[in-house]
Amino acid sequence: MEATLTSLDRQLLDAFQRDFPLSPRPYAEMAQRLGVSEEVVLARLRMLQEQGVISRIGAVVAPGRAGASTLAAIAVPPARLEPVADIVSAFPEVNHNYAREDVLNLWFVVTAASREALVDTLGRIGHATGLTVHAMPMLDNFHVDLGFSLADHQGSSDAPLSHRISA
Amino acid sequence: MPPFLTEFQRSLLQAIQGGFPIVARPYQAIGQTIGCGEAEVIAGLAELQQLGIIKRMGIIVRHHELGFRANAMVVWDVPDARVTELGQRIRAFPFVRLCYHRQRVRPQWPFNLYCMIHGRRRAEVLEQVDRLIADCALHPFPHKVLFSQKRFKQRGAFYMPQTQTAALAAP
Repeated sequence: MEATLTSLDRQLLDAFQRDFPLSPRPYAEMAQRLGVSEEVVLARLRMLQEQGVISRIGAVVAPGRAGASTLAAIAVPPARLEPVADIVSAFPEVNHNYAREDVLNLWFVVTAASREALVDTLGRIGHATGLTVHAMPMLDNFHVDLGFSLADHQGSSDAPLSHRISA
Repeated sequence: MPPFLTEFQRSLLQAIQGGFPIVARPYQAIGQTIGCGEAEVIAGLAELQQLGIIKRMGIIVRHHELGFRANAMVVWDVPDARVTELGQRIRAFPFVRLCYHRQRVRPQWPFNLYCMIHGRRRAEVLEQVDRLIADCALHPFPHKVLFSQKRFKQRGAFYMPQTQTAALAAP
């Protein structure tokens, strides 16, 4: 299902995917900037989280700065894709897990407290699935994470989000 | 954990890895789970941001629920000597979400340059890939477009052992 966003939802998502207020009442500060009450912001955010539009409100930790992580992939025989995916997802160290169109058809991200723990986890995933786990660790990150832009995808305008909040 | 994290920073990262509570005073609630005050939580998060350990703080959305169903990972096999230059050109396109240089896995997976494109429709994403290839002169390099077929799991990274975090899941 695709969630229907209200104009307030859109403003919240466009304005606060980064620079979340670091003040005692951040939601009140957000509310003030958007001209609504704190209760309304709390209620909308809870609703968006319930609908699954929001994964969480929180911090994105730079890869490799607070532990070790890697992208990994397995070539799963198509008939076994679902059960193998469930085995992989069950590892708490796995945060993203997607089926993709390729012979390497299961792609996931593994994070751990240290490089040793990461290698150990990859080994346990290999053992649990009985399949070879290929790791593609990051060597360089070219991307500046600004969050997910709703406006960039809406049409022709490439104007910065802040210019489109009233749209 | 890398040695430069203090014990406090480590427990703070652990306390927030499931997200901030959506309550009037979230930093106070986080502080209560790790036995410190609201002001310490705020100062600690500000410091982690300054250090670059937290690279972004805010609402983390699920693109699929917003209607962006065509999610492609595009990979290229480019000469290592050119990967930085090409990565920097690719990331400048507004529709590119993430762009990484990754280790190759020879012989199965010779690709070393990755980017993610999320769009509403497959055709739209494929056009964007064509634009990247044309504008960055990527024609000579083998590439693949891997659309996602199914999402089995998506959440934030948990760097800390699960046993330690279970008690913190519901502040």
